[in-house]
Amino acid sequence: MSALPRASERGLVGCHVCGLACSDVPFRRDPEARVACPRCGSALHRRKPGSYGRTWALLIAAFIMYIPANVVPIMRTASLNDIDDNTILSGVVELWVKGSPDLAVIVFIASIVVPMLKFFTLGTLLVTSQRRSGWALPQRARLYRLIEFIGYWSMLDVFVVSLLTALVRFNVLSRVEPLPGVIFFGLTVVLTMLASMSFDPRLIWDGRDTDD
Amino acid sequence: MATPLSDALLICEHCDTVYRRRPLARGEVAQCQRCRAVLERHQGLSVNALLALVLTALIMFVQANVWPIITLGLNGQYSNSTLWGMIIAMWREQAKVVSVLAAFTLFFFPLLKMLTLGWLLWFARSGRRAPGFTPMMVTLHYIGPWTMSEVFVLGALVAIVKAHVYFDVLADPGIYAYAVLTLLITIFAGVDLRRLWALTAERGG
Repeated sequence: MSALPRASERGLVGCHVCGLACSDVPFRRDPEARVACPRCGSALHRRKPGSYGRTWALLIAAFIMYIPANVVPIMRTASLNDIDDNTILSGVVELWVKGSPDLAVIVFIASIVVPMLKFFTLGTLLVTSQRRSGWALPQRARLYRLIEFIGYWSMLDVFVVSLLTALVRFNVLSRVEPLPGVIFFGLTVVLTMLASMSFDPRLIWDGRDTDD
Repeated sequence: MATPLSDALLICEHCDTVYRRRPLARGEVAQCQRCRAVLERHQGLSVNALLALVLTALIMFVQANVWPIITLGLNGQYSNSTLWGMIIAMWREQAKVVSVLAAFTLFFFPLLKMLTLGWLLWFARSGRRAPGFTPMMVTLHYIGPWTMSEVFVLGALVAIVKAHVYFDVLADPGIYAYAVLTLLITIFAGVDLRRLWALTAERGG
């Protein structure tokens, strides 16, 4: 397998929205040129604009939200003589002890592992790509596809709390109320999704133009 | 100005490698040699089959929203909720952000996606571009990652198990409709909607 040509070297641009391959885009003379895709009308870019800056900003914002999302309780269960506030982690523990351990594992992965993995992965991808590192390129590319694919499953706990709030309404006997943690958690998920969308995976391969 | 190249060229979205498109055999998946991302899949479903699936999904979506999802029982008292019951409950309980998030990812975006797709496919059956084809295709691209019905189904499952400890839990028709909807979404996951560009003629509807 010899040289694999890259679009940016051949003066080609693939539209981010509709995938059309375009040539004669005047980026070489004027990198700031505003050119519309001839098929779908979206702005053409060789790379997503401001990818590093946007991804960093969104990732840091998401991390700031992630702290209260874990510390502040997400749900209150109130019954006649007992008030019980649950954080994400204590909810997982409760599900493990009282309900089903296998479902607890799923919730643990969706609510704890996936967000952590996203912070870790996107952080690593940003740092290595900005340093133009040639380290573990195929693995880094695969990691990006993984977090893009599993990212939205973190909304799981948000929907669980919402459903229980709507369902458990037995006046004084038993009630479930959402607590601010769930809002922070929902925002964390949205921000991490936006962060992984604004990262351009082509940047992973832009460092060393060695053909394998 | 940018010149559109014919559909003969394919650029990997993940690493910018250029390929010449080749016809795929049944069940074949073209992979990028550099980054191993999926470039293209063989599309086994015809436009008519896709339209049928979208209509089925739309019917299921209506069912999933009309019927209650779960009923809880406690000492002879019963309480149930639909999707919108949940959205309204979160709004009233001072979690408006979550309420809006749920309304968009579980109702507005999935509905918009199905209606748009149905409209585009209806015209694509005769190789035509529906009125509003271009803006609709762009919209579909952007709302794609923000539909979360399948996550909600898993959430309902977790809620059932959690509630089961303290309450009698009855599964309502809504959850079955959601189960079928998840199945349809899974089938759709492998469909590349971008082929509608190539399938429809350039002259517009």
